[in-house]
Amino acid sequence: MPERQVVLITGARKGIGRFLAEHFAAGGAAVIGCGRTPADWTRDGVDYQRADVSSEADVKALVGHIQRAYGRLDVIVNNAGVASMNHSLLTPVATAERVLATNVTGTFLVAREGAKLMQRRRYGRIVNLTTVAVPLHLDGEAIYAASKSAVETLTKVLAHELGAFGITCNAVGPSPIATDLIHGVPAEKIEAITRRLAIKRLGRYEDVSNAIDFFVRPESDYITGQVIYLGGVS
Amino acid sequence: MRIILPMTQPQPPDREVVAALVMAATTDVMLQRGHADANVAPDTRLVGASAVLDSLGLVTLVVDLEQRVQDELGYGLTLANERAMSRTNSPFLSVGTLTDYIHGLIVETITRA
Repeated sequence: MPERQVVLITGARKGIGRFLAEHFAAGGAAVIGCGRTPADWTRDGVDYQRADVSSEADVKALVGHIQRAYGRLDVIVNNAGVASMNHSLLTPVATAERVLATNVTGTFLVAREGAKLMQRRRYGRIVNLTTVAVPLHLDGEAIYAASKSAVETLTKVLAHELGAFGITCNAVGPSPIATDLIHGVPAEKIEAITRRLAIKRLGRYEDVSNAIDFFVRPESDYITGQVIYLGGVS
Repeated sequence: MRIILPMTQPQPPDREVVAALVMAATTDVMLQRGHADANVAPDTRLVGASAVLDSLGLVTLVVDLEQRVQDELGYGLTLANERAMSRTNSPFLSVGTLTDYIHGLIVETITRA
């Protein structure tokens, strides 16, 4: 019987993160979800921990918990992210710093500490979340798209640095999905984005989990440093 | 009656305990990295032209040591911190300097607590 996979999903309190936590738990994995605030839901197979991914102390404590409770870590989904939809001339520096801290520093810290645990078994799968806002150069998303560009570069460099430890690192870039992240974005703007996709509809949570499932399969050990955009953006 | 207990501060491990940990970790990583044998001594170089490990080996050693210090001594240290990386004399130069560095970090952690 195969071992039960141990999966860490950041930003698991709601939205895509919650869906992914439940998806992996339904598949039999031991899931550790984390978020900055307590979750208002529970599920068998999901161990929710409070952690701010931009805090080194929080991330070290989180990975320490995983080591003590589960002894290993097989999969990380760096889903935690914040967005700022605003014209760059109207974006406060505090907003820019917050977006970069969560999206870039947070992804880096979780990958760094998680990979330290993964490398003990010479096996690991890291999947980072990016966005179609990067290749589409969407106006109004300067800091958010820039932060995800950084995540994509981080993904590619980590793929090289961690390859020797048996750890792959890839990224999935969803098209707009009806989550809190795009709540407040005018409907005509969302329609304008979907018109630029090869498949002209909003994304679904299942589209994201499908791409992630591919990256985290044990058989995908020769696939690393790749970015898959959903909806037909290239 | 109130009984006031004396405040006790945890004692750092002896330097020899840390030295043994660093030697064991270095030996293990050297063997993992394909050395036929590993004669590790305090002056064994970890960085530079005569280093016994390549760059990936040094990364593995640092990660492994963080783990051993946590598991065996109970201290969650980050060895590759900003202060260490900007020092003129790298603490990662040799087994001996690395031992001093880790021992110093543990003492600092206890003092700060």
